[in-house]
Amino acid sequence: MPPVLELRGITKAFPGVLANDHIDLTLEEGTVHALLGENGAGKSTLMNILYGLYTPDEGEIYIRDQRVEIDGPNKAISLGIGMVHQHFMLIPVFTVAENVMLGVESLRNGIFLDPSAAASRIGEISQMYGLRVNPNTYVKELPVGIQQRVEIIKLLYREADILILDEPTAVLTPQEVEEFFKIIRSLVDRGKSLIFITHKLNEVMEIADDITVLRGGRVAGVTKPSQTTQKELASMMVGREVVLQVDKQPAEPGDVVLQVENLEAVDDRGNAALRGVSFEVREGEVLGIAGVQGNGQTELVQALTGLRNILAGSVHIAGADLTNASPRKILQQGVAHVPEDRQQDGLVLSFPVSDNMVLNTYYKPPFARYGSLNQKQILAAADERAREYDVRTPSLSIPVSNLSGGNQQKVIVAREFSRPISLLIASQPTRGLDVGSIEYIHRRIIEKRDEGTAVLLVSSELEEVMSLSDRIAVMFEGEIVDILWADEVTREQVGLLMAGVKGD
Amino acid sequence: MSTTVWERIAERGGISPQRARTYGFIYLAVGLLIFLLFALSTSPGQRTTFAFTPGGQSNAIPIPDVSIPSGFLLYFLALVTLFIGSWQLARGFRRINVVLGIVAAVFVIAFLTWAARDSSLNVTGLLSSSILRAVPIALAALSGVLCERAAVINIAIEGMMLSGAFTAALTASIAANVWEWESTFAAQTFGLICAILFGGLLGLLLAVLAVRFKVDQIIAGTAINILATGVTSYLASRILAQFSHLNSAGTYPRFPIPVLSRIPIIGPALFEHNLLVYILLPLLAGVHILLFHTRWGLRTRAVGEHPKAADTLGVNVFKIRYVNVTLGGMVAGLAGAFLILGSVGRFDELMTAGKGFIGLAAMIFGKWMPFGGLGAAMIFGFADALQTKLAILSVPIPSQFLLMAPYLVTMIVLAGVVGEAVPPAADGQPYEKD
Ligand SMILES: Nc1ncnc2c1ncn2[C@@H]1O[C@H](COP(=O)(O)OP(=O)(O)OP(=O)(O)O)[C@@H](O)[C@H]1O
Ligand SMILES: [Mg+2]
Repeated sequence: MPPVLELRGITKAFPGVLANDHIDLTLEEGTVHALLGENGAGKSTLMNILYGLYTPDEGEIYIRDQRVEIDGPNKAISLGIGMVHQHFMLIPVFTVAENVMLGVESLRNGIFLDPSAAASRIGEISQMYGLRVNPNTYVKELPVGIQQRVEIIKLLYREADILILDEPTAVLTPQEVEEFFKIIRSLVDRGKSLIFITHKLNEVMEIADDITVLRGGRVAGVTKPSQTTQKELASMMVGREVVLQVDKQPAEPGDVVLQVENLEAVDDRGNAALRGVSFEVREGEVLGIAGVQGNGQTELVQALTGLRNILAGSVHIAGADLTNASPRKILQQGVAHVPEDRQQDGLVLSFPVSDNMVLNTYYKPPFARYGSLNQKQILAAADERAREYDVRTPSLSIPVSNLSGGNQQKVIVAREFSRPISLLIASQPTRGLDVGSIEYIHRRIIEKRDEGTAVLLVSSELEEVMSLSDRIAVMFEGEIVDILWADEVTREQVGLLMAGVKGD
Repeated sequence: MSTTVWERIAERGGISPQRARTYGFIYLAVGLLIFLLFALSTSPGQRTTFAFTPGGQSNAIPIPDVSIPSGFLLYFLALVTLFIGSWQLARGFRRINVVLGIVAAVFVIAFLTWAARDSSLNVTGLLSSSILRAVPIALAALSGVLCERAAVINIAIEGMMLSGAFTAALTASIAANVWEWESTFAAQTFGLICAILFGGLLGLLLAVLAVRFKVDQIIAGTAINILATGVTSYLASRILAQFSHLNSAGTYPRFPIPVLSRIPIIGPALFEHNLLVYILLPLLAGVHILLFHTRWGLRTRAVGEHPKAADTLGVNVFKIRYVNVTLGGMVAGLAGAFLILGSVGRFDELMTAGKGFIGLAAMIFGKWMPFGGLGAAMIFGFADALQTKLAILSVPIPSQFLLMAPYLVTMIVLAGVVGEAVPPAADGQPYEKD
């Protein structure tokens, strides 16, 4: 049987970077092909070429041994190729049904939209692949895990049989990942072929049939899970040995920096999200917040950073009352914030990389004087930061939206870490980063801690919380159910608390 | 958690407790204003007469004028408003917007009662002229809706209207007076079509600048406005001023709708207009249906919200924007033609007088919905009609303040009723394909 898809010698240059350099890839029918690589290795670029969003400079694409030219998404769709993009392509104010049928609308009398016909087909697809979703809800009301399903339904609705999934698990909780793998298996069972991009090596070992690793735009290796190990994959990606374990000394906590008392807040829909949350974080310690996503972590971080109204309770940072203070006031108190949604809250996407590097201090000398910006200083600082944090970009003056997803994250981390801070609030700080970068960021967080910074870490990766934290607070339904010493608990204990099972 | 009385009140109207309370205090303040400003300054013998028969010939069944003691009516209106305010503070209303609308209406009636004490106010005439003034604004708003739903800001509506007006006046006159067409109706319709086409042409120009060449949309629109102002003014003073037979398009004849136009008050206000007025509603309904119930509409809204997402699904972002901006231009041309053929009959320099911009405001207040724009346009139209009426009645306040009052009410009502208006997410941003 011929391979369902073959890429031969795909090459694509952007100004200043060779994003893809003669890449070959073979996808067999009914298999999962994992595509690995560092941030900026060229994975998304390659997939965008396959989906017709970019035109390759060189190279050929074969589908079942037929040479094809893919000049746009329409062509890709008609060839049975579908893609879930790294940053979702959903329209928040549309319903699920409207999002799904956009472009292939079902019509009544040849004129009027027929959302119910679309809804019933969505129902069939949901049934067949275990993708439960209500077609009539608005996408903005759905948690990311469900939005992900909508994206997949979009492909199946168009009867795609080659599915490209660009970092689908980066935004999912471990529970959702389990669900997602079930979906992937049911897709494969029905003969679909998948290209699956991820940075999580355990996932690759679990689900992939074949593996292609990219580095610097080139193929660094092709292998199978049975023939390799996570460690080997990691070094193949990064080109050096990677320490997958964080090593750190016991914490030496000092004075209280962040003091939160009886915090109450509501979520976007007006439902109680924080129900009397109290805790404190001291100098030189990492407090990790563990919890299944959607139990108030997002709202907690927003309340602490001035992005959400606090209805009751108080927030003190270094002794100052910052309850409902403005974000500017809070950051001037020495608070750094790595937000959960990097594109929404962390970056101004259309601004150049350099400006994004100084968004928190642009108004102060040396970046601004007498109300006007000093671009020279900004560029110099941005250059230094980009070097230090290994941000891969051909130039500092291109819009930050042109960076690969992982490098966008590094821009935020570089900015937030590059000034004296007393409190670091990091929400999903390593989301979308490659193993090498994760190792690096983890080391930096521990360094900050050792310098005496108080660190509040929110992560849906239990692994990350367990390995970085000195104490772990478990959140469930808007409350902190328990605060534990990290070296005295097991994964299982935390897992049970996260699920709402209160031990004694 | 125990709920406070304010929270319970807010629950009924679905708004925040602070807002519920603010509304109560605003109503009380309005009641007090009616009392202090209007009621106290009327003397016992004064009466206000409300007339319900429009001037000129009318089909409507005549009904007699109503004359009410001004003071009595004003005290009554003040009491009603104070009562509504107290009720809002004590118990809260469920239909918060309706109540707000009622209070605003009461205030306007009180104001008119006071302004027309010792004289008479033609209610039907006022309504009828409000409609006439609202139509071009509603059309301008519709033009804005068509463009901005696809995320292209069309600030050139003013210029497109002006050009449309000029084109309509000139071409209709040429057809009638140079080519000597028999039927005035045909000549006027020829002018109408030319205006629409020319508006479409300007829309296409904006699309080429904004979509193809990604010129800043505000700058491109402003350029078209300046161009339109300059060219029409120049041509008007050079040609139309000298050859008056080239500027005598006239208006479409009034066409009273059988039966409906006989209804008292409403008949003359709504159903004794010319054809162009009647086109408005089907046009708005048509665009509404197209926008929310057809493939084109779904794609348009998608392009306005998240063009990249639309693009990844094979929707041609550029094509949609071209088509919509051109359609928007055609509607703006129609709005301009209305000024000639539906209202004035001849072209004057700068005759749009900001109506295109007011239309944009109406579009925003109307939340980018065709009928929302109409609602806002009606309020602006009413304010416009009112200020001309008030100039006739002698009112003892500086005329500048008089001119302000209706707009003030408008702003308060709209700020309250409309709440936060959310534009299409990608509004004003050119789409770049990588
Ligand atoms: N539109 C663009 N214009 C210019 N450069 C681009 C553009 N898109 C991507 N690049 C560059 O191409 C390179 C590859 O980016 P790509 O997004 O393919 O990386 P990736 O492997 O998907 O990384 P990540 O894991 O971080 O998502 C990067 O150096 C990036 O800066
Ligand atoms: Mg990527």
